[in-house]
Amino acid sequence: MANKPINIPVVAESPADTNVFIRGLWQQNPVFVQVLGMCPTLAVTNSAINALTMGLATLFVLVMSNGLIASLRHVIPRQVRIASFILIIATFVSVVDYLIQAISLTLYNALGAFISLIVVNCIILGRAESFASKHNVGQSLKDGLGMGLGFTLALLCLGIVRELLGEGALFGIAVLPENFEKWVIMLLPSGGFFALAGLLLLFNWIKQRNRPIKGASNE
Amino acid sequence: MNEPSLWSIFINACLINNFVLAYFLGICPFLGVSSKVDTAMRMGITVSFVMLLASVASYGIHRVLEAIHAPFFQLIAYVVVIASTVQLIEMLIKKLSPVLFANLGIFLPLITTNCAILGVALFQTNRGYDLLESVFFALGAGVGFSLALLLMAGIREKLALANVPKIAQGSVITLLVAGILSLAFMGFAGLAT
Repeated sequence: MANKPINIPVVAESPADTNVFIRGLWQQNPVFVQVLGMCPTLAVTNSAINALTMGLATLFVLVMSNGLIASLRHVIPRQVRIASFILIIATFVSVVDYLIQAISLTLYNALGAFISLIVVNCIILGRAESFASKHNVGQSLKDGLGMGLGFTLALLCLGIVRELLGEGALFGIAVLPENFEKWVIMLLPSGGFFALAGLLLLFNWIKQRNRPIKGASNE
Repeated sequence: MNEPSLWSIFINACLINNFVLAYFLGICPFLGVSSKVDTAMRMGITVSFVMLLASVASYGIHRVLEAIHAPFFQLIAYVVVIASTVQLIEMLIKKLSPVLFANLGIFLPLITTNCAILGVALFQTNRGYDLLESVFFALGAGVGFSLALLLMAGIREKLALANVPKIAQGSVITLLVAGILSLAFMGFAGLAT
């Protein structure tokens, strides 16, 4: 590991370790605040288990690629850094792809090409470029973990809402009474847009209520 | 009807299973670059063009990887090929037509990591399309993407004049509009026989 002491001034500037972690979960939540990585967020969240798998797969890729990129950050020349990042990410995504195929074939078939598409998830490349290439390994791992968990959490929220309303079930187990009128639209693509819009609305509302004087200025 | 015709592949990729509104591919530019019709148009053309080239290139790669029995390289090879194709086109356009480059140039690096492009390559491989079918699939996906982007941009230009509640401004209202558009596109499902 290339943990050179020259990095100390850089590290001193960055926020405390716990902050790096919490930031990804809430203040800078990749889905709710940064609105990044929309394709997997909407495509695979029609059931809670799909959403959880996708979140964990992304978490794994994010942590591993953040760690590797941070440890190689002095080796990779600036000019080819994006290409190198993408190669590293693609390698880990291939690993996850085979891993999920080995663990559960039904899950693999349900997620389909979207596992491979983690490669182009803007969150991962975004973290690699804006965080991992500038910080040491430990910080980058924590950042990856925080962002990954934040992403998983957002996906799980969406998956739970959509499965509960669309199927009356959670993780495949029926929880709502039999006479509950299922909202079939929640399982359809347009339901994904509506559910995410609803969650974002809730998120904005909470933020606005917590800071009434400052006023949440969106964009 | 055992083999889907080329026309039905085109219609399917373009309208019935629109890449943006049914598969959620390419949502980032869809939400990001869709505030002006003009920009949306250029983005749509660029993406369609790259999709077509990437589709042909990845078809070739797929055959090569099949021949040397290395399927685990698929993803890495696709990403590298798409990225280098985009780079190549960028240089080519810069050399051949500076006017076109000035118009499309800034979008090219952006779409290297556009999921719609990689999506075309992956879907055509998964479905086992041959070369001609792949080309029609990519064409349909490109037209569908441009169509969705243009519709969205048109709506957002009007939306700029509307009085949207502060809490729903920005991404929320865009997502709601996208949801309604997606609902409208579901009507095309009747085209599939």
